[in-house]
Amino acid sequence: MSAVMEGRAEGPTLRQRLAARGIDGATLLVLPCVALILGLFIYPFLYGLVLSFQPKDGSLFGNYARFFSDPFLYGTIFKTLRLAFPVTLLNLLIAIPIAFRVRLMRRQRLLTTLLVLPITLGTVLVAEGMLFYFGPQGWFNRILMAAGLLSSPVSVLNGYWGVFISLVLTGFPFTFLLTLSYVTGIDPSLENAAATLGAGPAARFREVFLPLLVPGLAITFCLSFVQAYSVLPSAVLVGDPANATRVISIAAYQAAFEEYDYSMASAIAMIMGAVQLLVVVAVLGCRSLFYRGPAAGAKG
Amino acid sequence: MQKSIMSRLWVFAVWAVIGLFLVNLMGLIASVLTSSVATRWLGTWLPAGFTTRWYFAAWDEFQLGDVLWVTFQAVGAVVLLSGLLGVPAAYALARREFPAKRAVMLLLLLPLLVPPITYGIPLATVLYKAGLGGTLTGVILANLVPTVPFVVLVMIPFIEQIDPRTEAAARVFGANIFQMFVHVLVPMLMPGVLAALLLVLVRTIGMFELTFLVSGPGSQTLVVALYYAVFASGVRAVQSIDAMAVIYMATTLVWLIVALRFVNPTQIVGRGKRPAA
Repeated sequence: MSAVMEGRAEGPTLRQRLAARGIDGATLLVLPCVALILGLFIYPFLYGLVLSFQPKDGSLFGNYARFFSDPFLYGTIFKTLRLAFPVTLLNLLIAIPIAFRVRLMRRQRLLTTLLVLPITLGTVLVAEGMLFYFGPQGWFNRILMAAGLLSSPVSVLNGYWGVFISLVLTGFPFTFLLTLSYVTGIDPSLENAAATLGAGPAARFREVFLPLLVPGLAITFCLSFVQAYSVLPSAVLVGDPANATRVISIAAYQAAFEEYDYSMASAIAMIMGAVQLLVVVAVLGCRSLFYRGPAAGAKG
Repeated sequence: MQKSIMSRLWVFAVWAVIGLFLVNLMGLIASVLTSSVATRWLGTWLPAGFTTRWYFAAWDEFQLGDVLWVTFQAVGAVVLLSGLLGVPAAYALARREFPAKRAVMLLLLLPLLVPPITYGIPLATVLYKAGLGGTLTGVILANLVPTVPFVVLVMIPFIEQIDPRTEAAARVFGANIFQMFVHVLVPMLMPGVLAALLLVLVRTIGMFELTFLVSGPGSQTLVVALYYAVFASGVRAVQSIDAMAVIYMATTLVWLIVALRFVNPTQIVGRGKRPAA
């Protein structure tokens, strides 16, 4: 009490001093939101981290030792990466030329709407539709056979390629939207300037667009990778969940809800997070090797 | 002349890839639609006959009435709560400079960067320990983790566009912060709030992983119920699962179409500048 009185005698009140540092009633509005994330994201994460060091056998690193000694468990990392990496790269490589084409279109809305569809349908519905469409009697095989391109139906389901296709279908729209927003963010006058100076389309892309796009593409790669990395429903429904597409999220799920070993499940979740973080850091690290600076041009 | 042939070929190739993607996507959706109204469909181009009885069968078999009610409650609560928590937080972050601002922003970005399965498993463990696992409350709480930061990040640019003098005027006329929000800010922010909340709605209807990990028998949303139906297929007629898939598709599509009336899809992920021409 006396401290407050003294403060007032000397000059600005506590309230005024806080306000001068940007803390007042309005700033407190951020607190409920921060409390929610601390309670439902940070706390569970730390809880899981501690829990992962308390395995059933009582040793400190029991779970991690078990994970990295059992090929059935540590193999899931490579199976996940073997799916997530090519899918993300392919999506990005298709998205860039399409985004450049859509950028020039007058009525982008219909096409972008159609391309957004799979995001809202979600992985479960796409997987369920694939069971039909790509099945031995499905339209995909029928059309290819009627066109004489195939002599017998190809089976893409229940294996690596089934999951691959489902990840392309559900992941491409997201990659495309991100890429499109980065591509349209580049000032078109930069391209015009390059064209005036005699650069052809390929040179304009290589010398002007690509350096400006690299930071955005790195972020797009990371966010798309996160999506492909946590594949669970399609790996179970259209993949081969016991073998070729036993991804790390299946291992974590089984530990938690089939063996009821929450400690092991937390350990797998932590490993999963760490691997993903490594990839993101590596990709963003490569980004810093390229040009950094404004893409919009400061003056019109 | 050779150059123009090359560039024409390139344009053709790009359109061919777009076409291939869309044809397969539409084929996939049409397969589900056709199957859901088929009487018997084995080894032919089209089913032997058409019927609507699978929709009634699916409604009874999967207790879709209950599932839809749970979905409605969960999604409604998530949308409301993420609006109530997210918009004020976005206001504070857009208008005030305070010491821990960067840390708060990082804290809000994390749940969007980490895949749901990774934090979903520890989160489900904590919720089960707290006795909330398998309940509707648990499902709502888990779904708030990605949606609240999403609302904040979408709303910050909207709030920054509003002239701060508008708020100053409201304060001069004696409005407290609550009155200012209700009478001044919310009406001005309505388009942005609607856009953000519609996207939350679509995301939450389709959010499989978190709901799957946290929900129990009485708290399954439509997408989780669909997963279990496909996972345990063979027990039930394929057509009734497809009928359920169509009902799911319809619930998301309605909201997507509503959402697209308010937002440009490219703005979902960033503010791209349109070329002036």
